[in-house]
Amino acid sequence: MLAKRIIPCLDVRDGKVVKGVQFRNHEIIGDIVPLAEQYAKAGADELVFYDITASSDQRVVDKSWVTRIAKVIDIPFCVAGGIKSVEDARSILEMGADKISINSPALANPDLINQLHDRFGQQCVVIGIDSFYNADTGKYQVYQFTGDEKRTQQTGWETADWVKEVQSRGAGEIVLNCMNQDGVRKGYDIEQLRAIRRICKVPLIASGGAGAMQHFATVFNPLEQHGADVDGGLAASVFHKGVIEIADLKAYLIEQHIEIRP
Amino acid sequence: MSTVNVNNASTRKQVVMVDTACANISSLKFAVERLGYDVLVTDDTKRIAQADKVLLPGVGSAAAAMTQIRAKGLVECLQNLQQPVLGICLGMQLMTQRSEEANAKGETVDCLGLVKTEVNAMQSDTLRLPHMGWNQVSAVKDSPLFYGIEANTYFYFVHGYCVPQGEHTLATCEYTKTFSAAIENGNFMGVQFHPERSGEAGAQLLRNFVERV
Repeated sequence: MLAKRIIPCLDVRDGKVVKGVQFRNHEIIGDIVPLAEQYAKAGADELVFYDITASSDQRVVDKSWVTRIAKVIDIPFCVAGGIKSVEDARSILEMGADKISINSPALANPDLINQLHDRFGQQCVVIGIDSFYNADTGKYQVYQFTGDEKRTQQTGWETADWVKEVQSRGAGEIVLNCMNQDGVRKGYDIEQLRAIRRICKVPLIASGGAGAMQHFATVFNPLEQHGADVDGGLAASVFHKGVIEIADLKAYLIEQHIEIRP
Repeated sequence: MSTVNVNNASTRKQVVMVDTACANISSLKFAVERLGYDVLVTDDTKRIAQADKVLLPGVGSAAAAMTQIRAKGLVECLQNLQQPVLGICLGMQLMTQRSEEANAKGETVDCLGLVKTEVNAMQSDTLRLPHMGWNQVSAVKDSPLFYGIEANTYFYFVHGYCVPQGEHTLATCEYTKTFSAAIENGNFMGVQFHPERSGEAGAQLLRNFVERV
């Protein structure tokens, strides 16, 4: 059976791993390479490195650390942040990343998704989506430039429509970050993820809100068991702060009859 | 950082990785280097022919990779190799006779023909594709490649096309149907998964290839 994936996300700023609450007040967690190694050894199924400054500052992610990570870890990893062209993607994949994830640049130029698909294959192309629930309108809206609060803005896309659009253009995986939940550890946005799961034919990764082991069980559970049936659960602060140990989480999920790589 | 095992130095095998001009082949090189072996990445037919072990990596589309292999004049060299050759992911698919992963004109792609089988698209109404993530692999034949690797061990897969189970199947995996996780024909072996991204099990398989095959 294909296992559900536990995916620690390391937000990177200026070569350090940082974490903020609802995208704000970033604090330094530690150096990239030792943390990557530590997570790989602890049983993480995959890692995401997200340069949260890159899209906003018109920079490409600092390249040297991608190779340094590729040299030491033996699990797949994805690099996100500031990849705006086929050339940007090529250099990061060449340095040893398994996938590249794009978010704001895909919104600015959706054709980039097609170009990346055609050049590197669907399996390399991850689309990150920052989705915010607007309580006034009752709609989920896609936001961009979320790495920088001053530039964060709502786009014209409703989340479900954008999910369909990126799939039609060749996305190989979708990371849905539910902004309302981000960093507050009250659980994934199950309602939204269930809705998106129904229209998402490619692997779907849940992001934003993990705070307890039970939250992972719920997000992985099948739709008929009131779960969101996502393929991977992404989280940052609970792992960085030691709230949840990956080994404990995996043992718990196996007990809950969820397919997990021990 | 990974440590280099100096004990390997005296018996070091010449491991050559065929430069198929795919973007992301560094991770495979790093994985073999973590075992303590140097890896020469080359498209020089002489160096490939002289290697003790040959790795054939590949990521991307079958058509693009075969175009590169032909342009580099590597087809005959690869077909004539007598030493152990390990194809990885698309590299394994290239070892077959043909791939259904169509080129720009919608034609099937002729591959290297090292293993008598072919590559088909994976299809499912209910399961997500591409097949991406950790899935269980079980060897169906005795092979030094799977030495020390138990049945149902998890390996990391990323692919949308697969080789069906058949006479050359060395190990199987289940997704949409039972398919070949590994194939073998004499000195030519291939794995659909990514051993370089499959943790300890992947390292064991690569070590087996270098040291036991």
